[in-house]
Amino acid sequence: METTTIAAIRKDESERRQVYLEDARFAWRPSECDVIDIDRFEVGRGERLFIAGPSGSGKSTLLSLLGGVVVPREGRVEVLGTDLSKMPGRDRDHFRADHVGIVFQMFNLVPYLSMADNIMLPCRFSHRRRQRAQARSTSVKADAMRLLADLELDRPALLARPVTDLSIGQQQRVAVARALIGSPEIVIADEPTSALDEGTRERFLELLFRECDTEDTTLLFVSHDARLGRLFSRCVLLDDLNNATTEAFT
Amino acid sequence: MAIIRLALKSVWNRRVTAGLTVLAIGLSVAMLLGVEKLRRDAREGFANTISGTDLIVGARSGAVQLLLYSVFRIGSATNNISWKSYLDITQHPRVKWTVPLSLGDAHRGYRVLGTTLDYFERYRYAGGEPLRFATGKPFNDVFDAVLGAEAAERLGYALGDDIIIAHGAGDVSLIEHDDKPFRVSGILARTGTPVDRTVHVSLAGIEAMHADWRSGMPVPGQRVSADDAREMDLTPEAITAFLVGLDSKIAVFALQRHINEYKGEALLATIPGVALQELWDLMGVAENALRILSLLVVTTGLLGMLTMILSSLEARRREMAVLRSVGARPLHIFGLFMSEAGLLALLGVGAGVLLLYGIILMGRPIAAREFGLYLPIGLPQARDFMVLGIVVLAGFVVGGVPALRAYRLSLADGLSMTV
Repeated sequence: METTTIAAIRKDESERRQVYLEDARFAWRPSECDVIDIDRFEVGRGERLFIAGPSGSGKSTLLSLLGGVVVPREGRVEVLGTDLSKMPGRDRDHFRADHVGIVFQMFNLVPYLSMADNIMLPCRFSHRRRQRAQARSTSVKADAMRLLADLELDRPALLARPVTDLSIGQQQRVAVARALIGSPEIVIADEPTSALDEGTRERFLELLFRECDTEDTTLLFVSHDARLGRLFSRCVLLDDLNNATTEAFT
Repeated sequence: MAIIRLALKSVWNRRVTAGLTVLAIGLSVAMLLGVEKLRRDAREGFANTISGTDLIVGARSGAVQLLLYSVFRIGSATNNISWKSYLDITQHPRVKWTVPLSLGDAHRGYRVLGTTLDYFERYRYAGGEPLRFATGKPFNDVFDAVLGAEAAERLGYALGDDIIIAHGAGDVSLIEHDDKPFRVSGILARTGTPVDRTVHVSLAGIEAMHADWRSGMPVPGQRVSADDAREMDLTPEAITAFLVGLDSKIAVFALQRHINEYKGEALLATIPGVALQELWDLMGVAENALRILSLLVVTTGLLGMLTMILSSLEARRREMAVLRSVGARPLHIFGLFMSEAGLLALLGVGAGVLLLYGIILMGRPIAAREFGLYLPIGLPQARDFMVLGIVVLAGFVVGGVPALRAYRLSLADGLSMTV
């Protein structure tokens, strides 16, 4: 599965294309209006893409589509050359575990797990990411500690603390470590900085970029805060992209 | 495997509420098992108390009542039977042996039994075990007493000690036969029957104690000293009951009829096994009521668990979204909630077993003293394991409700965090 996927990507003439949407339309219920109607959307490998849009513009739905939690009513949603819309739910969950890391706006952590356990979580659901984490640092645990160190979270006092006692900034960095462990090709971040203050926000983005760069990870960063856009290699306004919301809001 | 680890940590994280839930299930399981154990041990204990006796004879009342007061020292006789009637029946050609029993006095809460030396010879328990002396020998003086193992141990008596017997079978008695102390001549080995809690004296001893008594009260101004009593005719006028052994089992029913139709006095002869069966039938109603009650309590315990998990569900929608985001399938979420419920049920059952043994350990002396119930600390039996298995299974079934809800929620919510 893994090798064929990679081989397929390699053979693809647009080999750097990691996310590709074509005529993708999605409605939460058949009777409702489409919330996503995207004619064409591409993200290349290693790209740092900023998707700007006010709340209600379909950001979360777009992420659900890319994460393979939902499938479009019609059209294609390709991730790493695989058409998710053709996959059964079980395989999409598997695919997400293997290839996509996700950072939410807040409450990213499972409250009853330690920092390290939270970070290692994807490796419990994905064989591929477990192997890649092991390949990198001999053990998953060691890799989690490496990421914690990279994200400046390896102070012993911090490690001993329940994750619910961490500051929001710290929690978000743990979430980044979790999204990055086992080197998934794509990291999707859904307003990860909106709960952070100005100073922490800059620092958080720096760390996120640095980690994505070392792994050549494609970053899809969604935010309503258009000011952050200047830090990214490419900016897209979701309203420009999504016909559905444009219609709904004008 | 990942899911079970998660379930363990999740339950540990909510250890206070989870602990209370486990305790609730544990108590209910302890009750369920306890009722069953009590039933079993009571039956076994009662069945083991008397053996080898063909008939028990007493004043006409109920067979169960006769059995209870004569053998188990529970309750008291409504009437005595005359010594003459007793002698008459012993003369019956089929009668091989008899043991007269005279009850009605107590020593510091332990019943005093007036009997003859035949008692030590003929009384059998636990399928034919004879009574054995741990130390000393049977009484041979009017004021000798033989103590049951527990009575001796708890009251701290040794051979040769003096004891004063009180009138009436109660724990506290205002009238004591303090002018005529008895001397401990022997202590019986432990039997696990009411014999352990009995003070045995001779029939003559009972008479001597009451030499200066008339109609259940001491006669004022008339004191008979112990030595004078010795000189008197100490043949009893009446006894409470007697045990009968026959030379052939076939004669049991004939003799039973003979005694029940005895002209001189209204007597009742009962076969111990038949009376026991009657007792079981009587207890059956109470047992079933208790069983139903404990099943309801177990249901309550499991419903408590259901409430606890269901009420945490809303708060855990974010957690479910996070788990979904790292690759958990809705089925994993289902499994997580199922494992938590199963874990709680398992822990509850474990706690129940521990609680039960704790309660038995603590309650043993009280049950033995107050109710004549000997509770052995045995391993749970096959039936108990079955009951435990059913409780765990029921826990899983109950856990299926929140698990299914969580499954649906995680399908609908997906990665959205709109909670």
